[in-house]
Amino acid sequence: MTKHDGYNLRLYVAGQTPKSIAAIANLKKICDQHLPGRYEIEIIDLMKDPALAVRHQIVAIPTLIRQLPEPLKRIIGDLSNTEKVLVGLDIRPT
Amino acid sequence: MANKARAKPADLPSIGKSATGIRGLDEVTHGGLPQGRPTLLCGSAGCGKTLFAMTFLYNGVVEHNEPGVFLAFEEQPEDLIKNVGSLNYDIEKLIAEKKLAIDHVEIERTKIAESGEYDLEGLFIRLGYAIDSIGAKRVVVDTIETLFSGLENEQLLRSELRRLFEWLKSKGVTAIITGERGEGTLTRYGLEEYVADCVILLDNRVHDQLSTRRLRIVKYRGSAHGTNEYPFIIDEQGITVMPITSSGLMHAASTERLPTGIPDLDQMLEGKGYFKGSSILVSGMAGSGKSTMAAHFADATCASGHRCIYFAMEESPSQIMRNMRSIGIDLQKWIDKKLLLFSARRPSLFGLETHLASMYRDVTDFDPAAVVIDPMSALTGAGASGDVHSMVLRLVDFLKSRNVTALFTNLGVSSENVTTEIQISSLMDVWLLLYNRESNGEHNRQLYLLKSRGMAHSNQVREFILSSEGIKLRDAYIGPEGVLTGSARIAQEAKDGAAILVREQDMERRSRELERKRREIAAQIEILQAQLASEVAEAELLNREGAGREDQLAADRVAMGVSRQAGARPDRPVPKPANKPKK
Repeated sequence: MTKHDGYNLRLYVAGQTPKSIAAIANLKKICDQHLPGRYEIEIIDLMKDPALAVRHQIVAIPTLIRQLPEPLKRIIGDLSNTEKVLVGLDIRPT
Repeated sequence: MANKARAKPADLPSIGKSATGIRGLDEVTHGGLPQGRPTLLCGSAGCGKTLFAMTFLYNGVVEHNEPGVFLAFEEQPEDLIKNVGSLNYDIEKLIAEKKLAIDHVEIERTKIAESGEYDLEGLFIRLGYAIDSIGAKRVVVDTIETLFSGLENEQLLRSELRRLFEWLKSKGVTAIITGERGEGTLTRYGLEEYVADCVILLDNRVHDQLSTRRLRIVKYRGSAHGTNEYPFIIDEQGITVMPITSSGLMHAASTERLPTGIPDLDQMLEGKGYFKGSSILVSGMAGSGKSTMAAHFADATCASGHRCIYFAMEESPSQIMRNMRSIGIDLQKWIDKKLLLFSARRPSLFGLETHLASMYRDVTDFDPAAVVIDPMSALTGAGASGDVHSMVLRLVDFLKSRNVTALFTNLGVSSENVTTEIQISSLMDVWLLLYNRESNGEHNRQLYLLKSRGMAHSNQVREFILSSEGIKLRDAYIGPEGVLTGSARIAQEAKDGAAILVREQDMERRSRELERKRREIAAQIEILQAQLASEVAEAELLNREGAGREDQLAADRVAMGVSRQAGARPDRPVPKPANKPKK
């Protein structure tokens, strides 16, 4: 499923809040622009599975976790600051 | 407090209390923490916040069957479990029984990038999930301030914290929020602004290298509470807050008596001993027999079937027992019968307040009729003398309120040092002075009842000896120079015996002399009488001779007249001289 240089991203949200919706949109936009075809996004709604919040150490919502490539990276917020997202995900502009 | 004085109508709303199960704290707060509301527990590092909070949860489960959630920001669950294991809290068992949940929140600034707006809904979800999964009634958040160092947006954090506390209230859980003490503020980030219902401050002060933990309830909305600083201790028995500051002088005075353990001393106290609930001070120099006096008292208390605690400050229990065996007091048997409890500690082990707190706990646990503090003067090493005074005052008040008879020994500097070092004599009901007075090259023990409130006591200075049967008071021997003791007494007794003998001999001699004189005089009388008789005889003889001569003279005159023929006739009688002695 994942290519060796692919990005596996998980976005944790809590219901359909404006911040969650904004985060999802922002993330898709950034990935399409900088990682075309090299990413995979999994959106986890903690309202539906709160136990995952404990297991994955989620405090802030929304939280984006880069599962792959290693190491694990965390970004919190609605991802409106693209520059910081790119730095946070360690994506060099192509 | 006001609630107790006035009968409160049952229909008036009042806040519910959630008992912490921490001894003393529930008394100070009149029942516990405000139920269904958050309480801020603040204090500097290492003053026992986490332990307090965990005790609150543990007791909630064990004593009130109220499950609890521990949201830990600082410590890993494994560390937490280990740390409170020293208090014998089996947290793992409670977790397995789904009575307790620990959630560790890990936040590290370096691992988190921020981009845009966020909130702490994740935290709410986690906490809500934990609460719902075990039906928690109690929550601890320790220490939420960690978030301030983990996240950049402080303003957002503040509004989220406010929301969190409101949310906790709406959940109806009783919560403890811990906070680190800040400079000049209760908490470093001003949490007291948000958690305003109840604020408890913990403190760990070090004075003269001895630390004392104290607790103060800064505020408690909607409830009366104690306002003082209360010392508390943390040890293997958990947390004990000691709610004794100086209580009122309201204790009832007992007329019951407790024997002193020394029959002769009982005799000096109206033949009955100390009043129950009174405070006795035994002061004296080193080696004057204070501990022995104390051991006698402990022995007598146990012998009458009452419990007694012996607080030993200088000697180990086994040493005391060995020493007391040498004078015929066996304390071991009372320990075996669980009537006697030795509580030995060095005064320098911890501060005064902690000593007081641990004594308080021992007394409430063991419920003794009498306690011995031997020696109290050792406590001066654990604090300034003013503090010792205040501590002893509170201890005396506390013991009196429980009607516990207390015997304090006090090491005096000089043998007749009437002002005790810490000025506690005025607090005492009975004051026994033990002297060790030197005379004639030997030390002799003397005892004097300086005061004994409420009874006609002896004012006699008595000599006592330590024999194999314990303390024995000697009959008072009062010589011309005061009470005589030891060999001086024996010498004086001998001297007195000799004097009596001399006096007896003297009297005998005098009566003999008198007899002699009487006889002498009688003899003289005899001689004089004999002389008189001889004088009388002589006189008669002379008279007779005198008369014969006159007759002759007359006859001669007549004869001469006749011969001269001068008219005289021999037939005419001759006139007799007037002074002629009569026969």
